[in-house]
Amino acid sequence: MRDDLDALEAQSIYILREAYSRIKPLAMLWSLGKDSNVMIWLAKKAFLGKVPFPVAHLDTGLEFPETYAFRDRYAKEWDLELIADDCPPLEATDPSLPHNSRIAARKTLGLRQAIDRYGFKGIIAGIRRDEQATRAKERVFSPRADDGAWDFRDQPPELWDHFAASLPPGVHMRIHPLLHWTELDIWRYIQREGIPVVPLYFAKNGKRYRSLGEVGITFPIDSNAATIAEIIDELEATREPERAGRAMDHDSEDAFERLRVAGYM
Amino acid sequence: MTVVDLAIHPKADLSRPGLQRGRAFPIVIVGHVDHGKSTLVGRLLHDTDSLPAGKLEQIKAVSEKRGLGFEWSFLLDALQVERDQGITVDTTQIWFTTSARRYVIIDAPGHKEFLKNMVTGAAQADAAILVVDAAQGLAEQTKRHAYLLHLLGIRQVAVAINKIDLIDNDAARFHAVAEAVRGYLADIGIEVAALVPVSARQGDNIAQRSAATAWYRGPTLIDALDAFTPRALALEQPLRLPVQDLYRIGERRVVVGRIESGRLKVGDRVRFAPMGREATVASLEAWRGPAATNAPSTEAIAGDSVAFTLDEDVFVERGALISLPDQKPREANRITARLFWLDREPLRQGDRLTLKIGTAEREVEVEAITESLDVESLDARPANEIERNGVARVVLRSRRPLALDLYDELPRTGRGVLIRGPQIAGGLVIEQAQSVTNNIVAVSQSVTAADRARANGHRGGVAWLTGLSGAGKSTLAMAAQRELFNRGRQVVVLDGDNLRHGLNRDLGFSAADRLENIRRIAEVAKLMANAGQIVIVSAISPLKRHRDLARSIIGADFHEIHVHADLATCESRDPKGLYERARAGKIAEFTGISAPYEIPAQPALAIDTATLPLQDAGSLLINYIEDRLASGPVTT
Repeated sequence: MRDDLDALEAQSIYILREAYSRIKPLAMLWSLGKDSNVMIWLAKKAFLGKVPFPVAHLDTGLEFPETYAFRDRYAKEWDLELIADDCPPLEATDPSLPHNSRIAARKTLGLRQAIDRYGFKGIIAGIRRDEQATRAKERVFSPRADDGAWDFRDQPPELWDHFAASLPPGVHMRIHPLLHWTELDIWRYIQREGIPVVPLYFAKNGKRYRSLGEVGITFPIDSNAATIAEIIDELEATREPERAGRAMDHDSEDAFERLRVAGYM
Repeated sequence: MTVVDLAIHPKADLSRPGLQRGRAFPIVIVGHVDHGKSTLVGRLLHDTDSLPAGKLEQIKAVSEKRGLGFEWSFLLDALQVERDQGITVDTTQIWFTTSARRYVIIDAPGHKEFLKNMVTGAAQADAAILVVDAAQGLAEQTKRHAYLLHLLGIRQVAVAINKIDLIDNDAARFHAVAEAVRGYLADIGIEVAALVPVSARQGDNIAQRSAATAWYRGPTLIDALDAFTPRALALEQPLRLPVQDLYRIGERRVVVGRIESGRLKVGDRVRFAPMGREATVASLEAWRGPAATNAPSTEAIAGDSVAFTLDEDVFVERGALISLPDQKPREANRITARLFWLDREPLRQGDRLTLKIGTAEREVEVEAITESLDVESLDARPANEIERNGVARVVLRSRRPLALDLYDELPRTGRGVLIRGPQIAGGLVIEQAQSVTNNIVAVSQSVTAADRARANGHRGGVAWLTGLSGAGKSTLAMAAQRELFNRGRQVVVLDGDNLRHGLNRDLGFSAADRLENIRRIAEVAKLMANAGQIVIVSAISPLKRHRDLARSIIGADFHEIHVHADLATCESRDPKGLYERARAGKIAEFTGISAPYEIPAQPALAIDTATLPLQDAGSLLINYIEDRLASGPVTT
């Protein structure tokens, strides 16, 4: 008997294999958060133990120490081909963006830099539709101009798991294998599979991080959930949005949309 | 401006354990622009107490900023352009929970401009709510959406007759609209599950029965949704598994893909269409985490993404469709399909596009547009082109056969998409499939192979010489040809390099082009062998898959002959100066230098030209051809 997690897993593996078969060279973004760990786990399943393309951490130098420790340990343990180049500095970002958004925008530039430097034609990113309203409008295979711009007014049709993968010059593809997962699905799958995550997700002294980002623009929530099971119980009852603790989303009504249109994940 | 009733009527007890676990049932909400889809979604979330904290306040603020009353649609219309223009541009998804289960709502734009986004959303759903404005009734986009729901395979539809308060909750007017909608849907093959009078703005008959429509005895909209059943996996239907890719892991060659229908077990004999080769499943492969201890599975079912090995090394590539040998798919090069067209550029008779079914892609030509459908009147007439958002019946034709099913029999392998340029341009479901050869029914030959063999005094066949550049293939082929000709044999040499000046002039050296090069040589060799010729092919054909392809085309008359010399010898001969250029980096992907040569494991004959003098090497080849290829009974 298969359950809903089996179905989600099978769909993600199908997407990853489509990407690998049809777009080269590929890279996967590893933000070190729970979602991208699940994505790496799924890639190991899709490719039978070894992730066959590089995994890129867009490093702003602003991650939590626990996050860096996690990266260094699991890059080795999972046998990943890690790219961890520094993102361009804050001064290089669009000065018209609100401050918190500019910190996040360094990752947009870091991604652009990786695409230029390594010539990636496909970028696999672990965004989910339930995280954020503009992400809810994404495609599984989402073509981008090489500067990252998202033409959300004219997205290609996508149906019956047919993904148009051919790329005109000057375009790369974003691939979103977790688009159809929810936050709760992610935690239930982490629990089932025993996938390691950064310990900051678990409550200490009445606080935990529900969504992980840079130091200074990411804030913990009030919580006593110290285990995966407790997190799952908490999420089933909560009405708070997942990214409430991510300051970059809330600078202005369209802060996150502006980031995404410019190429943010 | 209507006052919004923000009182919550909780239906779902969110604290009930497990309710939020399990698959979210996907429903799509469609209908004409401004008939109230987004408002209905807001209302469904609100009335089931599924809105995130702070969302109501946020919507209120966004509404006020634009000088509007409370606009539910801002919940989903997340993009600035959508909020500023008050129109949904792209499809979106949002979750809510009733007392029965979790749902994911797919909100699809109603504006004609964004039909491709509506299709993208609707194709993911198990059921649909069609929203119809009570005052306006069936509008053009309502009909178009309904028709597309049917083509997309959605069979469970509830109709929300919305804004019932704006027709004074009048029973007679409701029934008139409801009957018109039911009649239209019945005409296109949709049996409606429920027609519910609702006011999305007021919350009437959505989660709670409304006193304003006391005459209505049917279910609330949420009751109608809760009565829908999830789409079943096609477990009991014939096995269909489109091959996605092949991985080499250590010594193992692993085939991967997703089972669209049926089951696959270790030990099953499986068939690969359209090549028709067969092999037995040796093992199912999986990585199950570092701590996995349970035994690997021996059976996989519809919906699973699988990886497996075969007991023998047969030629398989992406696009092949796997079945059990006695439950084959159809193989056709002419199909009749119902199609919806999404591209800005119309579809015209004679257009060439790519048809994708499963993982197979084939170039097809639009032979005819037999019907263009007017979704308003349901009139159908022949046409020369189909405009964007149009619905039609078409006949498509491909040169090479496609493995497929009829939509009515096996929906998942009986439907596909048409691709033009980089984008999906339309979708189709297959109604009929035929195998035709340019309208020529295969004519029986008036001269048989046996007749030719008698006249020639020998049989035809193909000696396929494979080996590195400089190994001596051409030299041997030419020497053998001369000698056999002198003995009165019907003999011809097909030289790979020579053919690249003519037949294969359009091909380069990419993997796909190299494969196509081999395919053409093999087809020509087969024709000549059928005409009674001894055909000596000289082609590097570096990969096993190249030779396997040739073998599968030519059949029993294919003889693999490995002309061997070590790389140093080949390089020292370098008859065409190619090694020198490859070493200088002037030739990319040169076999032996920068591209692999896979040595044949079991050639019919291996000739080592590094150690044998030319005359001895030639005799080996000639003797083989005389003894094994040209003599013996004629097979047909």
